Amino acid sequence: MDIHEYQAKEILAKFGVPIPMGGLAYSPEQAAYRAREIGGSVWVVKAQVHTGGRGKAGGVKVCKSESDVEEAAEKMLGRKLVTHQSGPSGKMVNRLYVEGGVHIARELYLGFVLDRSEQRVIVIGSTEGGMDIEEVAATKPESIVKISVEPAVGMQAFQARELAFKLGLPGSAIADATRVILGAYRAFRDKDGIMLEINPLVFTEEGQLIALDAKMSFDDNAMFRHPDISELRDKSQEDPRETQAADRGLSYVGLDGDVGCIVNGAGLAMATMDMILLEGGAPANFLDIGGGATPERVAKAFRLVTQDKNVKAVLVNIFAGINRCDWVAQGVVKAVELAGLELPLVVRLAGTNVEEGRRIIEESGINVISAKTLAEAARLSVAAAQSATKSAA
Amino acid sequence: MSVLINKNSKIIVQGITGKIGSFHAEDMIRYGSPVVGGVTPGKGGTEAHGKPVFNTVKDAVEATGADTSIVFVPPPFAADSIMEAADAGIKVCVVITDGIPTQDMMRVKRYMKRYKAEARMRLLGPNCAGVITPGEALVGIMPGHIYLPGRIGIVGRSGTLGYEAASQLKEIGIGVSTSVGIGGDPINGCSHRDILEMFENDPETDAVIMIGEIGGPQEVEAGMYARDHMTKPVCAYIAGLSAPKGRKMGHAGAIVSSVGESAAEKVEILKSCGVTIVPTPAEFGSTVQGMLGMRAAAE
Repeated sequence: MDIHEYQAKEILAKFGVPIPMGGLAYSPEQAAYRAREIGGSVWVVKAQVHTGGRGKAGGVKVCKSESDVEEAAEKMLGRKLVTHQSGPSGKMVNRLYVEGGVHIARELYLGFVLDRSEQRVIVIGSTEGGMDIEEVAATKPESIVKISVEPAVGMQAFQARELAFKLGLPGSAIADATRVILGAYRAFRDKDGIMLEINPLVFTEEGQLIALDAKMSFDDNAMFRHPDISELRDKSQEDPRETQAADRGLSYVGLDGDVGCIVNGAGLAMATMDMILLEGGAPANFLDIGGGATPERVAKAFRLVTQDKNVKAVLVNIFAGINRCDWVAQGVVKAVELAGLELPLVVRLAGTNVEEGRRIIEESGINVISAKTLAEAARLSVAAAQSATKSAA
Repeated sequence: MSVLINKNSKIIVQGITGKIGSFHAEDMIRYGSPVVGGVTPGKGGTEAHGKPVFNTVKDAVEATGADTSIVFVPPPFAADSIMEAADAGIKVCVVITDGIPTQDMMRVKRYMKRYKAEARMRLLGPNCAGVITPGEALVGIMPGHIYLPGRIGIVGRSGTLGYEAASQLKEIGIGVSTSVGIGGDPINGCSHRDILEMFENDPETDAVIMIGEIGGPQEVEAGMYARDHMTKPVCAYIAGLSAPKGRKMGHAGAIVSSVGESAAEKVEILKSCGVTIVPTPAEFGSTVQGMLGMRAAAE
């Protein structure tokens, strides 16, 4: 789960990481008011969206007067911000964060990730803050410092101190830096983070460390013990199709193709999409309906997939293990009857009670193209989608 | 022979009285798996499906000599149950539970290192479909009837895609020595590489199918192992050719987050390691058939 920059900063502040003075704004007037509240002569207006690359896309604006702030806010609010990370449809800007300016002496990078090969938390620091860490890794790999955290005891002060020295901070700032790094680590650990990036972590002319930007993602599987984090979910930043799916307990990822997919199991769902691609088609979505493919779940999945206007044909691929093909078949029949499906439908059933499942579908009289194998199902659904496109054109 | 489990295993079910645990315990017993008991704290002394229920894994091990466990405990408590199994001396622990927090799994993996490598519990999963040695033992949730006993090893992250492979083999009369699910989570127990090593050392496995997917380093590590240490042929399929970067595809671990984690990159690396690539998920059967034919011709 992703959260906004200002939310990440609020969490960090609770763990002792200094952040600039700032305030949230939903309107240009509020933004101008925030600027006055903060005081000073320089402010930064920042679009709050769940994506990176805001600066280059016009989502971050430095302002020198309250009217500049109001104008910048006017331009950002209510529009979609398209960045190189957001995808072509962009992210809606509903909230702004207005911050006071700081006197930057140096820009550093501080990140925390879960490393899958080490199976540990890795802390990453770099003297080259303010750029994408991938870019730094490619152009200046020698500037990157990595520290591996032993899971039994957590990050130790000496590790934070070593990192602070390697970031080239002066002796007078080391104690402070150690506290900031350990604070960020604790925020990451205590809240079940999977990614935390403070980029840049600035060292000011006054000799203070401040988190100027912050990005944080959390482990969806750990949300049961963090209701405070769950509350921060912002549905306006999600694909509405995915929001609906998540609310119905289905695992869905929207794509750009025209063959809608309803499959059980994540691996088989990906394989089904691959097969569609290999047959010359394009999948419209990833959808795993999970183990218990009850008629109700199948019906929900149908509604979700057919809401996507790009979908020209639907492919149902179920390998029934514990849930039986006859149940799934009943679900398909019920869903088609309820939804009045007009799109071509290809159904491939395999596994437990497959004969019974096929019989139910055949005898129901619903308009279905039956397939016996995965290859056949993909071929037939791609052909159906293509002929539907042709006849429409 | 086989790997991990066989007809002499002594299996307990952790969470045997829960809805899901109870359902699958019954199914495992029906398949003929040697289930010797179950564990549910507070229900010790009762019975479930004709097997004794214990309060703790230690009690169960003492009373039954159990060496294998399967975990159906809900996500908030699952990590605790896995550590309990490790501490009680269980040798093989299969975790079906989907949704265990990643940091919990990091702690579990660290805890397991308390034991010397040779005495350490082998963990399968979490978020896996289990392990089956056809005709001998099922420790999982897969439909037993789609597996023919035989000499092909299967290791995979995905449950249903593993079913797809096994049933394609059955269709052409090829059987399976053991099929092992390692699960779809980012931090898991045994890796693809660990299972390849077991199959390499198993005299009753002739060839291996590895079913991988996008995300993580394990398929590549396994490829290197196959290149450097294996005499048996390995074929592999990597799911997620059509998956966009940075998006999680169902499994918590199925996400391309760094270089070398996409399906296309993994396929290239595996090819360079001499692993046969299963070109489409519809060709598990024909690829294995081709591989066995070549091996027979060479002998």
